[in-house]
Amino acid sequence: MKVMAQMGMVMNLDKCIGCHTCSVTCKQAWTNRTGLEYAWFNNVETRPGQGYPRGYEDQAKAKGGWVRTSKGRLRLKAGSRISRLISIFSNPKMLNIKDYYEPWTYEYDNLITAPLGQQTPVARPKSLLTGKPMKIEWSANWDDDLGGGPENIEKDPILKKLAEDVTTKVKLAFEETFMFYLPRICEHCLNPACVAACPSGAMYKRAEDGIVLVDQQQCRGWRMCVSACPYKKVYFNHKTGKAEKCTLCYPRLEIGLPTVCSETCVGRLRYLGLFLYDADRVTEAASVENEQDLYQAQLDLLLDPNDPEVLKAARAEGIPEDWLVAAQNSPVYKLAKVYKIALPLHPEYRTMPMVWYVPPLSPIVDVLTETGHDGEDAGNLFGAIDALRIPLAYLAELFSAGDKEVVEGTLRKLSAMRSYMRDINLGRTPRPEIPAAVGMDQESIYEMYRLLAIAKHEDRYVVPAAHAEQAEDLERMGQNMGCSLDGVNLGDANAGPFGQSSGNPVPVTIENFNIMKARQSNE
Amino acid sequence: MSSIDVLLWSVLPYFAISSFTIGLMWRFKYDKFNWTTRSSQLYEGKLLRIAGPLFHLGLFAVIGGHIVGLLVPQSFTDSLGLSHEAYHLGAISMGGAAGVATLLGIGLLIYRRRTTAMVFVETTKNDKGMYIFLVATLLAGSAATLSSAGIIGKEHNYRETVAPWVRSILTFRPDGELIMASPLAFRIHAITAMVLFVVWPFTRLVHSLSAPIGYLFRPSIVYRTRDVRSSAGNRRSRQGWERVKY
Ligand code: SF4
Ligand code: SF4
Repeated sequence: MKVMAQMGMVMNLDKCIGCHTCSVTCKQAWTNRTGLEYAWFNNVETRPGQGYPRGYEDQAKAKGGWVRTSKGRLRLKAGSRISRLISIFSNPKMLNIKDYYEPWTYEYDNLITAPLGQQTPVARPKSLLTGKPMKIEWSANWDDDLGGGPENIEKDPILKKLAEDVTTKVKLAFEETFMFYLPRICEHCLNPACVAACPSGAMYKRAEDGIVLVDQQQCRGWRMCVSACPYKKVYFNHKTGKAEKCTLCYPRLEIGLPTVCSETCVGRLRYLGLFLYDADRVTEAASVENEQDLYQAQLDLLLDPNDPEVLKAARAEGIPEDWLVAAQNSPVYKLAKVYKIALPLHPEYRTMPMVWYVPPLSPIVDVLTETGHDGEDAGNLFGAIDALRIPLAYLAELFSAGDKEVVEGTLRKLSAMRSYMRDINLGRTPRPEIPAAVGMDQESIYEMYRLLAIAKHEDRYVVPAAHAEQAEDLERMGQNMGCSLDGVNLGDANAGPFGQSSGNPVPVTIENFNIMKARQSNE
Repeated sequence: MSSIDVLLWSVLPYFAISSFTIGLMWRFKYDKFNWTTRSSQLYEGKLLRIAGPLFHLGLFAVIGGHIVGLLVPQSFTDSLGLSHEAYHLGAISMGGAAGVATLLGIGLLIYRRRTTAMVFVETTKNDKGMYIFLVATLLAGSAATLSSAGIIGKEHNYRETVAPWVRSILTFRPDGELIMASPLAFRIHAITAMVLFVVWPFTRLVHSLSAPIGYLFRPSIVYRTRDVRSSAGNRRSRQGWERVKY
């Protein structure tokens, strides 16, 4: 047993209102620069929908993640090492910018400089890549809130997959009842396909907290990680020619602050905390034969932070005491392993993702209420979960490789919690048989309620600070990160006729430096 | 030998070698960040799918041919019993095929670069300059191949002129007279190639030196501890954002 610590996240989808605050704050902090205009380290997609980049879940085409060979070994879906090295001159699976979207701006200048005339001047869209006027046809959120209707939604890879066995009925019933938001960041996988695919060895998993990073000095721009990640969460900075990805805001985590997306989340639905896991068994767990066993295999990797054996082994690996305490208080461990209501996104990709999701229940409650039922009555709810087979199948495709029982189990717990708590809130006698029906006791269902519904800041984020002599350094780095809009003229008219995107690549550091300087001298 | 000839055939080669090696070391030490392919595949993939491999694989064959042709003395192949005619035929046919692939590849790549708006915008002055030297070298090289085959001018055996000259450079006994006996195409090819070596470390061509062979032998998942900040050649982190060094 080799105990390692992993920083993990859980998102409670019931609470996501799809406001995109997380995406916007993340962008302001990390990707607000040339070369990454199109990149959203955090994006929120409406499901059903095609996602961002379009159709990334269709691995038959995108070739992301791992596959299990007939010999029971794991191999990247994109092929063997040699075959991938040979195809390095033009990665056959690399996405095109159009799969994300072509970034644009508007000719705002025209609004104030246009000569006096009959027509009101307009700000035409122009491409940030070519500087030429362009027609906007797609973006990261084109099909937000089912925008574009069936025509767009039908292309959802999951819907397509479901339609294969149940035909069109799925879609219709589905559209009537269901829509939810799925915020996504890099999963900081235990078995990251991006790291395995990087020919330069520039991508790595941090031994201390499992954060997956790209070494900017060592990346040579082979872009194999971009296509190998099944979640398409590595982005190619087309200006610097380097891969970049979500860093889980490590400069903030290292001083005990939650990530920007978590901190700013309007629904307060994100949880951050530590997992302890057995690094020796990751490959074994990721290569179990049956895809539907992957969820359980992944759960089994997570070690009980209260088990003295585990603690001993963790200390032997040099994990500091306060990290062990943090692991014991970890909300993500509770949600994933103790209550078993958080599920990994697409476990079938075999990367062992470490961002977990509490599947949404609300639409089911809403439907019940609309049809005149008591949406929070335990009996009704349990029945409704069974009856609403179609969304369940959809959720199962997302969170449990199609195993509906797993998703149903979590939804039953969530609805039990609602019913049980309603009795308490209305001053009625609480009914212990409700938690019992889902295999929980009153105390734990109440604890679960506190974590999900009260969701205090200190309960949501249990982030132990990094242990290092350089902690001071890091602190300054964390504090320097503010909203990069402060005092910066973003619509800089002096940036040249093509905006910032023409000419020599400006190293990231220079851009950041200039923004920093502008801000400092403005204040 | 005129002084120009001395400069061209005895000084320039060493200048090129030093610029190439010292430049690369400098770049590796101080500018790892910009050491990349700066791939434009994100903008355009269809043409690149054909042109990229065509050019690169063709070029590998061409480089392989150069190594054999320049470094293996004629006396060695003679002693193996390989007749000059047979060697010549092999070199011309294989070299010709590789040359055609490379030229076709770079032709397509340049066409793509010029016609795809996004790719063109991202083409720096540095790139354009590099392309000039690269294409000039390739064209002069092709002309030299044709002339050695006797298609242009008189048939010429470069293994008696150019190859010994290269070896004379590498053994630090430069003898310019050797190459001066070769046809013009060869001499132009040699000059442009030397210039290409001079500018190499300062262009995107550096990516050719990071062929990731080590990838075949390393474990799948790479772990690093947090404080390996200053391995050789990395810029040291400072407090706050990195200082600008350009
Ligand atoms: S989700 Fe993140 S860690 Fe996992 S494969 Fe993709 S980029 Fe790598
Ligand atoms: S900020 Fe929170 S509620 Fe808003 S979209 Fe992001 S995850 Fe959802």
